[in-house]
Amino acid sequence: MEEINLKEMKDLVLNYVINEYIEDEDEIITYDTPLISSGYVDSFSMVSLLVFLENKFKIKIPPNKATPEAFDSVNSIVSLVNQYLK
Amino acid sequence: MQDLVTFEERLKNFDWSLSENELEYKKGNVINIGWYCSDRICLKGKADKIALYYEGLGGVEKKYTFNDIRLAGNTIATFLRKLGVKNEDRVCLFMDRIPELYLSFLGVLKIGAIVQPLFSAFGDESLFVRLENAQTRAIITQRKHLSKIRKILDRLPHLEFIILVDHNKMKSLENKEVAFSLEESLPVENIEIFPTVAESPSVLHYTSGTTGQPKGVKHVHYSLISQYLTTKWILDLRDDDIYWCTADPGWVTGTSYGIIGPWSLGITQCVLDTGFSAHAWYRFIEKYRITMWYSAPTAIRSLMKAGDEIIREFDLSSLRHLASVGEPLNSEAVIWSEKIFGKPFLDTFWQTETGSIMITNFPGMKIKPGSMGKPFPGILGVVLDPETFQPIIEPGKIGLIAFKPGWPSMMRSYWNNEEKYREKFVNGWYLSGDKASIDNEGYFWFVGRDDDVINTGGHLVSPFEVESALLEHPAVGESAVVAKPDEVNMEVVKAFITLKPGFTPGPDLELEIMNFIRKKLSPLAMPQDIEYMKKLPKTRSGKIMRRLLHAKEWGEDIGDISTLEND
Repeated sequence: MEEINLKEMKDLVLNYVINEYIEDEDEIITYDTPLISSGYVDSFSMVSLLVFLENKFKIKIPPNKATPEAFDSVNSIVSLVNQYLK
Repeated sequence: MQDLVTFEERLKNFDWSLSENELEYKKGNVINIGWYCSDRICLKGKADKIALYYEGLGGVEKKYTFNDIRLAGNTIATFLRKLGVKNEDRVCLFMDRIPELYLSFLGVLKIGAIVQPLFSAFGDESLFVRLENAQTRAIITQRKHLSKIRKILDRLPHLEFIILVDHNKMKSLENKEVAFSLEESLPVENIEIFPTVAESPSVLHYTSGTTGQPKGVKHVHYSLISQYLTTKWILDLRDDDIYWCTADPGWVTGTSYGIIGPWSLGITQCVLDTGFSAHAWYRFIEKYRITMWYSAPTAIRSLMKAGDEIIREFDLSSLRHLASVGEPLNSEAVIWSEKIFGKPFLDTFWQTETGSIMITNFPGMKIKPGSMGKPFPGILGVVLDPETFQPIIEPGKIGLIAFKPGWPSMMRSYWNNEEKYREKFVNGWYLSGDKASIDNEGYFWFVGRDDDVINTGGHLVSPFEVESALLEHPAVGESAVVAKPDEVNMEVVKAFITLKPGFTPGPDLELEIMNFIRKKLSPLAMPQDIEYMKKLPKTRSGKIMRRLLHAKEWGEDIGDISTLEND
């Protein structure tokens, strides 16, 4: 994929999370909002978020790294993705 | 365990009248679960005792005494009555685990209406089939779930009231929507409780089967007799306990043991309405000094996966008793909990249809890790030969788990589906749909389902429902859905699909299909793995051989394939 900066990456993930998982349009979701521990994204749905990241960034995240803690905010997700970007 | 009465002693001269006497119920009396869980506890002198500690998103904390839940139940009941909701109307509760969910449960029952709890993560189609089947008259919900209801409202002529418990006054209400705020309502001190009797319907839970649409399992107010006693004896709840049942009341554990059992005993319970994280769960136990914890194998395995190091950060010494439900509890989890908490999780087995625990590891009983335990006193449980439907005497031989009907909390019917209900009984036995063996000491050992239903994280998913929904995606030509083994959830949904001409297999399409099912049905039903096939294996008569695909996933022998269609 084309090179994107950190902010663009965060916005890409944030927009995906808001569009796909947040039901209440009044909710304010930021880069730091807890996603898994708050219940916005459940453990089953986390699998689709993982597939999104792998598709979008053309990476493979090992199953033992795709933990609820690593997926708990846009910031932590982007930090995880960065470890696997070439 | 203190003052423990052994399993053998409980078995002696057992009769359900033990429970009836403790609840001061006599045959023919009025019996209303809403009253038993609140008004009666207040009359017993516990009006000021905490009934519920609630913690939600963003650290929101609330607490309610038994008098508070009595008043809240009355207030909700009065609001519903004013709308015109009456006894035996179905009222759906479609909320996250917020206090209004628990309090509405009592309010609906107090007016004799039937509670229809539905898991709030259900998508619009899952919601539609269940509301349509029950001809639901009112739904109590939150604004975050409103868009799903608005989407299907036109197809639900029986749905008259959409009650919003958190209406934002800046926004306008649409067709059939009404606002109700418990906090802004004047508490109603006294109401006339509807005089429900033993066989009056109380709760309608939906459960999935291999074929057909989900079935509404009808329970009655007399179920209290089983739920009260099993809570007292198996969950071993005592007056000073602080109890945490982690189940969502959208499923039967969350009502039988997350509302009815503890509150009919006047027990303080805690509810955590956030997502799962080991840190949050251990912190919750420490903060509220939880003594009895009833959870699920999936959650226990997730905690195991989070590691033992994190546990040392918390003081979990308040825990006195642990139990588990939803899927078989593997022996590793039992051994782990003994090592970490100094006590094992006791596995319990039951179903939506049974309404209360049927087979259990009784407190104080010798634990065989990995075993389901023995039938609860008063329950005649056997395994049946799948050909003759006669009880198997030989230890270790696998058969169908079956029970002799007649326990108080047994379902009374499938809603509008008498035929399916009758199919559950053969030779005077209720067939659970699960397989097990019994060892020479009478312990049951779970083997698996006797059908294609997928048990994922303790929740049943119908392959038929997922296959049907997949076919509604424009790219999908054919579909077959099976269970795939999973380390944490025991099973997850796997879909095999063929594509219509013009569509190309690829990861983006896979994600699109996953999200399509997640939103339409639920995250539980979303295939976690999609495999593209050129064609699906079929019999010569054209029926998809799901059995073959299942065997492939589980590394099993594919068996007889003489009926397989040739190329």
